[in-house]
Formats: sequence, structure tokens, C-alpha cells
Amino acid sequence: MRPVSSNKICEVSKKTKARVSRRGFIRGVGIGGGALGTGILEREVLAAPPAGNLLGPGAVPLTLTVNGKPQQLVVEPRVTLLDALRNQLHITGAKPNCDRGTCGSCTVLVGGKAVYACSMLAIEARGKSIETIEGVPASDPLVAAFVHQDGLQCGFCTPGFVMAAKAYLKRNAKPTEAEVAAAFGGNICRCGAYVPIRKAVLDAAGRGKGGKNARI
Amino acid sequence: MQSFAYASPATLSEALALLGAEWGEADVLAGGSDLISLMKDYLHTPQRVVDIKGIRELGGIRKSGGGLRLGALVTFDELLENSAVRADYPALAAAARGVSSPQIRNVGTVGGDLCQRPRCWYFRTGHGLLARDGGGRSLVAEGDNRYHAIFGNQGAAKFVSASSLGPALAALGARIKLASSSGTREVTAEQFFLTPENDRQREIALRPNEILTEILLPPARGVRNATYEVRQREALDWPLATASVALRMKGKTVESARIVMGHVAPTPWAAPEAERSLAGKTVTPETAGEAGQAAVAGATPLSRNAYKVQLARTAVKRALLAAAG
Repeated sequence: MRPVSSNKICEVSKKTKARVSRRGFIRGVGIGGGALGTGILEREVLAAPPAGNLLGPGAVPLTLTVNGKPQQLVVEPRVTLLDALRNQLHITGAKPNCDRGTCGSCTVLVGGKAVYACSMLAIEARGKSIETIEGVPASDPLVAAFVHQDGLQCGFCTPGFVMAAKAYLKRNAKPTEAEVAAAFGGNICRCGAYVPIRKAVLDAAGRGKGGKNARI
Repeated sequence: MQSFAYASPATLSEALALLGAEWGEADVLAGGSDLISLMKDYLHTPQRVVDIKGIRELGGIRKSGGGLRLGALVTFDELLENSAVRADYPALAAAARGVSSPQIRNVGTVGGDLCQRPRCWYFRTGHGLLARDGGGRSLVAEGDNRYHAIFGNQGAAKFVSASSLGPALAALGARIKLASSSGTREVTAEQFFLTPENDRQREIALRPNEILTEILLPPARGVRNATYEVRQREALDWPLATASVALRMKGKTVESARIVMGHVAPTPWAAPEAERSLAGKTVTPETAGEAGQAAVAGATPLSRNAYKVQLARTAVKRALLAAAG
């Protein structure tokens, strides 16, 4: 057998890398089970049409409007908004962390208000506007301010903080430093980047001194 | 989370028809901050979840008989936005502000605050509300009880009531309306909270077939009131001890006082000796301190929570000074 040159191996792995993201790979592995599951769920829906306004316990079809786009999905009533966003719609910006409505990394806006997506059922969000970090462009002044101020270390809490800050600045466009310090009691940053996060929010509100990082 | 059927009735009577005769059949969903966690941990495994947020009559704040009527679905945020609440019931506003997460204030309701289950970590990890081992011995008494009760803990229950608003509502003399398919009844905020003696009892007077529909606040004219919370963290946790006070004044003199401590007992805990100690006096650092001392005189701390006695004493003193201005 001819040995495969190391160059070729490199090429193959490069191609693989380009095609398959970590999340795509995980999703691909799950497809078999997912497809089977969907079949069962759909049968359940057909077999047991909801009586009156009682839905489930089997999966029910829902439409969620995420970042302005209506999305169809079929989930059991017990599925949280966070799990529906991440596992059904593959909108993964809102992060699962404590999963008990404490840490804030799953913060999204529902009807314009910041909520913990882990502590709301997907079915409760029907007919409401849902905004996630994916709907916030990189050019958004708040995102830019987080970058300029280095308002993060590992970044896991950042989507939650940005969404909480979006909701907050809508209510109080020109906050004082003290107000900002008191406003984020619903989000935890385990890296402890609270000071730059507060500065970023003040910058985005035009109340800060500007950050040290170059503009992107 | 165990699967359940979900209903979103539009009227109270529809919602009541969906409830069960026993706990475990149906749970009422409002803000979900507590219920969804309870279900994730299999502490609640209802067959039906009845989402009451679509029931209009359960919302809103309006004037009623000189006082205020709070619909059960009023959120902490709506409570804090209401100028009458902020002006006349600062004890209630301060307690609501203590729920420091905007995400919880946006969805958390006043009804849900009163109905939330205790935070006792033995309960939350599946050891039951009374947290007893197979031989009936209390896991709390022999275990880590640093956040547990320092009053009312001589029976089986050693948890503390988790309600943020309960002590303030009790001090203000609020009444709570409960509806079932067979009618409505009213209890005082004090009567609403119970100390269970066995595993079949709950910590509130609400029955499985009832929905808490509204809270009635009596007129606050001439009643100076305040809440003081002692916390380890500024945010994201329940206070260690609180006190809510309501003082009926004649000029600078206290005619009568209501003093109710929070997070120190299985229910909001009134301090009648402290209330009596203030009658006919002016509120000064000395008289407030004496009232604080009287409030904790009967405390029975557990092995690791004697520190809460001092916190409760201080909470009473500072709430009195805040109320008297």
C-alpha cells in the first residue's frame, strides 16, 4: 500500500474543517434520532387533536416570530423558549447556563421586554415579537461599545448582557453611572467584566468616555 | 420536565374548570419564574398547566374603597411604575424593588410572588418541604440551616417563606381574594401563609382548585410604612432578613404599629411585642432599637443561623427609622 502523503492528509482535513462547523457536526450526528422523533411527534399531533384550548402533552405546531421572521416549529408544551430557539430553530445566540432564571445568559426580548428564555415556555411566546442577539447587527452602537470597552472575557454572558442592555436603554436612553450600575441585577458575568460592561452601556448611551480599543 | 397539557383560558371560570381537586393535577402558570424551575427539577409534575396570563380581569391596578386593588397578574415592574404604589405604599415598592433582576420584574407577578414555593435547599433538591429522613428526623436541624428559620421552627417546618411582598402586605393589612368554581373567599395576608405540619399540607392557604385573583390594599392615609432588607448580595438572591412596618401616627407619636419580619420563619412573622413597645412613643434610634430587640426576643435559631437574629433586629430598627422619616 502506498503511504498517503502528509500533504494530502492536510488537504483533506482543511476541506473538512471548511465544510463542517462544530455545531453543524453535532447537529448532523443528531439527525437520525431527530428525524425519527419528528415522525412520532407528528403522528401524535394527528392522533390527538387538541380539545378546546388544551394543547399537548404531545407536540403541537407553533409559529414564533423571531427577529421579525415567522418561524414554524412543532414542540411539546414543556419545551422552553430557549430550547426551542436553540434546538429547533438553531438560533443559538441565547445561551443556556443556569437554566433556572438566574444568570441571564439566555436573555432575549419578548414584546420588547428582557426575559429569561429558559424560564418561559415556547408556547407562551406565540404571537409575540421575539428578539435575539442574532437580530442585533455588528454595526449596532451597543455591540461596538462592548468591543471598544472590552466588555467581556470569555464572552458566554455577552449575548444576554447586550439584550438586557438593549431593553434597558430603550426605557432609559440617558442613564447615569449609578443607574447603569443598578440596572443589570439580572445578569451574571463569571469573568467579572462588570466595569467595562457598565462603561460600554454608558458609551452606547452617549454618556461614556469611549474605550481603548480601535473602532471596528 | 415531565410533559403536560397546556391551556390558555381567556376567562377565570374557564381557568377554574381546568384545575384539579388535588395538588399535582394542575398548576397555574403566570410569570413562570418559579413554576418552570420547579417542573424542571420534577418537584412539580402537573398533568395540566393553566396559563392565566390571557385573563384580562386578573390584571391591572385600580383604586378601590380608598385603597388599591392589585390584579394577581400585575408584574413587579407594573407595581413599581405605579405612582400611587410608590407614593402611598413605599413598604410594598421597596419589597418589589428588592427583586433586583429586571428580567424577573418584567414577568414575575404579585400573585406568583405569594404562591412561589420556599427556597429551602433540601426542598429544592427533592427532600420534601419538611425535609425529613426515613426515620422522620429533620435534615435541616442536623444539616446546613444557615438560611433557615429563626422563628416558628419548633415544628416540622424549618424553611422560610420566600415571598418578597408577603411581609409588606401583612404589615399594610392587605386582603387576598381566592376564587374557585364554587365561589370566592378572602383571607388576610397573614392568614394566607401557613406553617405546614405534615407532608400533605402546603405553606399557603390556596387550595388546589383555587386561583389567587387579587390583592386589596387598605387606604394608606396617615400610615407611614417602609421595608428594610438585609442582603448578602445586592442582586440575584433573596434577602437574609427583612422587616416591613406600618405606623399609624398622631403627629410625631405612634398610635399603633404593625411590624412583620420576612425570611425568618415559614411565614411572614409578626412581632406583637415590638408593636406594643412603640405605642405612644416617638420613633427615635433608641425606641426603634428597643422595638428591634423586642422583635427578636423570642427567636429560636438553629445550629448555624443565630447570625440572622442580629440581622432581623437591625432590619426592624432600620425599617422603623425609614418609615418615621
